[in-house]
Amino acid sequence: MNTAPRYMAGRMSGRISGRFSGSWLSRPASDTQVTHRGRLWLYALAALIMIFLVVPTLIVIPMSFSGSQYLEFPPRDWSMRWYDNYLQTSEWMTATWVSIKAAVLTVLVVTPLATMAAYGLYVSQLKAARYVFILLITPMMVPVILIAIGVFFAYTRLRLNNTMLGLVLAHSALALPLCLIVISAGLKSYDMNQERVARSLGASRLRAFMVITLPQIRFSVITGALLAFIVSFDEVIVALFITGSGMSTITRSMFLALRDQIDPTIAAISTILILITTAALVAAQIFGRTAQKKS
Amino acid sequence: MTAAAMDINAAALRRDERREKLALFSLCAPASLLVLVIIVAPVGWLFWLSLFNDAGVMSLDNYTRMFESKSYTRIFITTFQVSFLTTALCVLLGYPLAYFLAQLPRRWAALGMLAVLLPFWTSLLVRTYAWLVVLQRKGLVNQWGMELGLWEAPLRLAHNLNGTLIGMAHIMLPFLVLPLYGAMKAIDFDYMKAAANLGANPVSAFRHVFLPLSLPGLFAGIIIVFVLCLGFFVTPAVLGGGKVIMVSMKIETLVDLFFNFGTASALGVVLLGLTLLVLFAAHKLLQLDRVLGGGHGGNP
Repeated sequence: MNTAPRYMAGRMSGRISGRFSGSWLSRPASDTQVTHRGRLWLYALAALIMIFLVVPTLIVIPMSFSGSQYLEFPPRDWSMRWYDNYLQTSEWMTATWVSIKAAVLTVLVVTPLATMAAYGLYVSQLKAARYVFILLITPMMVPVILIAIGVFFAYTRLRLNNTMLGLVLAHSALALPLCLIVISAGLKSYDMNQERVARSLGASRLRAFMVITLPQIRFSVITGALLAFIVSFDEVIVALFITGSGMSTITRSMFLALRDQIDPTIAAISTILILITTAALVAAQIFGRTAQKKS
Repeated sequence: MTAAAMDINAAALRRDERREKLALFSLCAPASLLVLVIIVAPVGWLFWLSLFNDAGVMSLDNYTRMFESKSYTRIFITTFQVSFLTTALCVLLGYPLAYFLAQLPRRWAALGMLAVLLPFWTSLLVRTYAWLVVLQRKGLVNQWGMELGLWEAPLRLAHNLNGTLIGMAHIMLPFLVLPLYGAMKAIDFDYMKAAANLGANPVSAFRHVFLPLSLPGLFAGIIIVFVLCLGFFVTPAVLGGGKVIMVSMKIETLVDLFFNFGTASALGVVLLGLTLLVLFAAHKLLQLDRVLGGGHGGNP
C-alpha cells in the first residue's frame, strides 16, 4: 500500500469520511472510487437522453384526446372526436383490416419457412449452408427502396400489384431474415442430443422435431413470429408502391396523409398502434418468463 | 466379413449420410425460393434495366449521368452528410446512456432499458409523426420556448435538415445503444478494479481499460446505424419538407412521377453497392457477423 499514489490516499479518506457522514452522494458509485456526486453529470445526462427517447414516443397519446383541430399539449378540452373520426372513416377502417390481414398472413407464411430453413441449415452441416444463410438474409441488407421498385416492376408483369397475395409475399421476404436469425439463435442454444435420443428410441425425424425440439425452441419461434408481425405491420415503402386504393395498408395511408397535412386523426391511430405493439411485447415478455421458469 | 465387403458397407453408409444431409438441406428450399423470386430476381432485373439508356440502347448513360450531373452528386453528398451526422449524434447520445445503463443494478437496468425498447418497438411512422407535431412551427417546442421567453420568433425545426436529423437520431438511437449495451455488459468490471489498484485514477482507468473494451460494440452500432441511414426514406420524406433529398427519395420520385426505371435502378444499384461496401469494410475490420448474431448454419 506504500506505493499507492498520493491522490489515491486522498480519495480513500474522502471515501471513509463519506461513509461516516452517511451521504449517498459521497459514496463511491462503483468499486472504482468515483463518488455519486462526481457522477451526477452522467445521471443528469442519461436522464435527459431517456426523456428524449420516451417523451416524443408517448406525447401523441394525450394529444390524441384533444378537442381542438390544432394539436396542443396539454389539450385545453378533451374529447374522443378523433377516435370517432377514425372509426367512422371507411378508408381508415379498410386500411386497418388490410394491415391486420397482411400481417397475420405474413406470420403464417414466414414462421414455418424460417423454422424449416433454420433447422435445415443447422442440422445438415453442409459447407453450402453458410452461403444459403447469406442468401436468406439479403432482404435485410438490400435498401428497402430498391426492393420496393424491383417488386413493383416484377409485379406489374406478374399482375400481382394491388393484391393481398403480392403484399403478403413481399412482406414475408422482408420479415424472413429477422425471423430466421432469431430461430437460428434458439436452435444453437438447444441441445440437439435430445432429438437424437428420441430418434434412437424409434421416433421419426419429423415426430422427434415436433414432440421434442419444437416445444423447447418455441420461445424463439414465437419471438420470430412476433417480429414478422411487426415488420409487416410497420412496413411503408414497399406497400407505397405495390398497393393502391382499397388495398392500402394503414401505415401507407398514414404516410400519405402526413405528407399533406397534420390530421389529428393520425394521433388517435398512433395511440392505437402504440397500444397494440405494447400489448404484443408484454404478452411475449410474460410468455418468455413462464417459459424460462419451466425449463 | 471381408475387408472388401466392409468397404462397400462404409461407402453405402457415407452415401446414406450424404443423402440425408441433402434431404435436410432441402428444408431451406422454400425460404430460398421466396427470397430468389421476390428479392434477388427483381433486383437483378433492375440491374439489367439500369444498363439501358432512355432510347433503349445498352449503355452506361444512367451511371455516367450520376457523376456528370451536379444534382445527382448533391443527392449523394446529402445522403452521406445526413447519415454521418445522424451517426455522430447517436454516438454522442448513445455512449453515455449505454454506459449509465450498463452499471445500474439489474432491476433498475431493466427499467432503464424500457426507455430504449419502447421507442424501438414503436412504429417508425408514429415516431416521425410525433416529431412533426413536436417540432413544427406551432409545435410544442416552439410553443413552450416562446412562452418561457427563450426565443421570440418560432424556430425552424421541422421541414428541414434540423428536423430530419433530430427525428433520425431518435429513430436510430436504439440501434446503437442495444449492441453497445451488450458489449459493455460483457466487460468484467474487475478490470476496472485492477486498474484502480495499479494506480489509475477513474478517468484514466476509463480511457485505457473500459473504452477500448467497449469499442467493438460501439463500432457494431455505428455500422448498423450508418447503413440503415443510407437507405432511409420515411423520416427525411416527412420531416425534411422537401429540402433534404436522400437517394431513396430521389428513386421514389423517379419511379412514381416519371416512371423512369432505368435511372432509378442505377441510383438503387449504386446505393446497394455503397451499402455493401460499408458492410464489407466493417466485416473485414471487425468480423461483424459475430455481432449480427450470425447464425451461419452448419457449424454448431
